[in-house]
Amino acid sequence: MKKETIIKLKNLTKNYPVAGRDFPVLKGINLSINSSEFLGIIGPSGSGKTTLLNIIGSLDKPTNGEVNVLNKEIKSLNHKDAAELRNFHIGFIFQVFNLLPVYTVFENVEFALLLQKNTTKQRKNAVMEALEWVGLTEHANKKPDKLSGGESQRVAIARAMVKSPKLVLADEPTANLDAENAHAILKTMKKLNKELGTTFLFSTHDEKVMGYLDRKIFLRDGIVEKDEKYKS
Amino acid sequence: MIRFIIKGIVRDKSKSLIPIAVISVGVMVTVLMFGFLKGVFSDVINQNARLDTGHVKIMTKPYAENKEQLPNDLALLDIRELIDSLNQNFPEMIWTPRIKFGGIMDVPDNFGNTKSQGPGMGLALALFDKDSKELERLKLSESVEKGSLPNKKGQILLSDNYANKLNINPGETITFFGSTMEGSMVFQNYEMSGTVRFGSPLMDKSTFIIDILDAQIMLDMNNGSGEILGYFKNNKYDDKRALTIAKKFNSKYISSSDEYAPVMVTLKDQNDLRASLEMGDAFSGVFLFVFIIAMSLVLWNTGLIGGLRRYNEFGIRLAIGESKSNIFRILLVEASVIGIIGSLIGTSLGILFCYYLQEVGIDISKDIANSTIIMPSVMRAYVTSDLFYIGFIPGLFSMLFGTALSGRGIYKRETARLFKELEV
Ligand SMILES: Nc1ncnc2c1ncn2[C@@H]1O[C@H](COP(=O)(O)OP(=O)(O)OP(=O)(O)O)[C@@H](O)[C@H]1O
Ligand SMILES: [Mg+2]
Repeated sequence: MKKETIIKLKNLTKNYPVAGRDFPVLKGINLSINSSEFLGIIGPSGSGKTTLLNIIGSLDKPTNGEVNVLNKEIKSLNHKDAAELRNFHIGFIFQVFNLLPVYTVFENVEFALLLQKNTTKQRKNAVMEALEWVGLTEHANKKPDKLSGGESQRVAIARAMVKSPKLVLADEPTANLDAENAHAILKTMKKLNKELGTTFLFSTHDEKVMGYLDRKIFLRDGIVEKDEKYKS
Repeated sequence: MIRFIIKGIVRDKSKSLIPIAVISVGVMVTVLMFGFLKGVFSDVINQNARLDTGHVKIMTKPYAENKEQLPNDLALLDIRELIDSLNQNFPEMIWTPRIKFGGIMDVPDNFGNTKSQGPGMGLALALFDKDSKELERLKLSESVEKGSLPNKKGQILLSDNYANKLNINPGETITFFGSTMEGSMVFQNYEMSGTVRFGSPLMDKSTFIIDILDAQIMLDMNNGSGEILGYFKNNKYDDKRALTIAKKFNSKYISSSDEYAPVMVTLKDQNDLRASLEMGDAFSGVFLFVFIIAMSLVLWNTGLIGGLRRYNEFGIRLAIGESKSNIFRILLVEASVIGIIGSLIGTSLGILFCYYLQEVGIDISKDIANSTIIMPSVMRAYVTSDLFYIGFIPGLFSMLFGTALSGRGIYKRETARLFKELEV
């Protein structure tokens, strides 16, 4: 598969107003990420991992610098365009509270497709295929509160993957899981990365994740401290 | 998408139950209030029309000016001719004469001495003229308590309270003392046929009814009467038409030099009804306005609380790729669905209670026993067609308004902040 740059950050800074003053969280990040990478942003709590992921995912705007994601300049996107970028090309997985409690597993995954103009049948096929990837087809009609933590995260992966996005952003997806479930999920994502070529970008400080990553970007005090690549 | 949202509302009871409860209660109170006010007002109008004012009333000008004193010396004369011309010019109405007069009733014992005595209010009407419809209008047949209605000349009907006070029973003789139109003394014996209950404390106190021909002879008012009442043939008061008829009638006499020229007034222009009814309308309007504001505030607050609870959901939906405007729009759709459900429940309950109050009513006869205006002794609500929207629309509107207010807060928040609340 031909490698192309899908994320490019140049002198990215982000300040948050705290008590009337600007508090810098990201202080000049330069990064370039290619398609089909399986990589993690690693750093202690409060180092700005979530902030960086949210900016890349167009949920937040940078204070300064250039952020180019899938050939879109994040800074110049309006709400609608940003939403559309997320809707079609970016999947999100969070640490907790991934699922809407009143909807079934099937509906939670289907939700991601409702904004796209697909037929019911297309949606159904896509959802079932995504559930198959994560091995949850027989749980399709369960409510989230009937699932284990590992199963919930797998549903979240299915929801992120159901629209076949180019990029999946996973913010500490294993933080609330035991070792067995964490490994199962990482294997699943790795498999999807290999088979579908989807780029996975993690934020983590979980040791278990490290071994799976092809590339580790260490974040400290708002700057990239180290950027280690391994061949996969 | 909409199907999805409705599923969400149905499944997440806590999301919908509080607003539905708030709306239901608010709408129910509104509907009940309107039904009740409407019922009471229309009963007041109806009863005034039946017992006193007619839909329109003709008197001489000086009689109209002093009508509280029942000035029969100022009565209309040549009323047969007047009624004939009224029937010709205004065939949409039934025209019928009445005489109101005061006097003292005296019940003699076996030896001709006074057993009991008391002042009373006389009402003379066309009892034996079927076309006048007076019996039906005053609901006399249904209201009989003792004995029967008069069926021949020389008989008299008493309000039940009055008869009890005078201690007289059907078949016994009673003597009227009073004065004629010209002011000379008159007394006259009547045979009491029975008693009735009018349902208006003022009328029930001490009213007696005789036939108009008896009264004309007794009071020396040949072919005269204090008042001529007009009633629409469909029995429904129509203010606009009544005003038109009165205007047309009065224009004939506007330049008349006859100081006893007749004048026609409408129902609402008697007994201060117009002002009272307008006040009632104004009150309803103010109530509706206050209601919408108050409900919106409450729903705004529940919306804010619900909104906080739903930050997680909004965050996920934003991440999935829904735009803020779409989330806001769907919030409003949800609000409409909830508003419609709440309003439906509230309207149904309100109408149900109205129906109960229509059938059973609230007896206030004790509270208004000494009232000097004609009003019903049982207050009732009426179930009318406007009750179906009078609460429904404000209920839906305040839900939308409250949601828009609270949803705007979510809308204005920065995406990242909104999302931040996800991380505990
Ligand atoms: N909306 C905001 N307003 C003000 N400060 C914020 C906001 N969002 C994040 N911060 C601050 O920015 C810093 C970085 O936060 P961020 O959540 O990106 O860190 P993180 O690396 O993801 O941490 P964790 O491992 O705890 O998730 C923290 O000090 C946080 O308090
Ligand atoms: Mg974080």
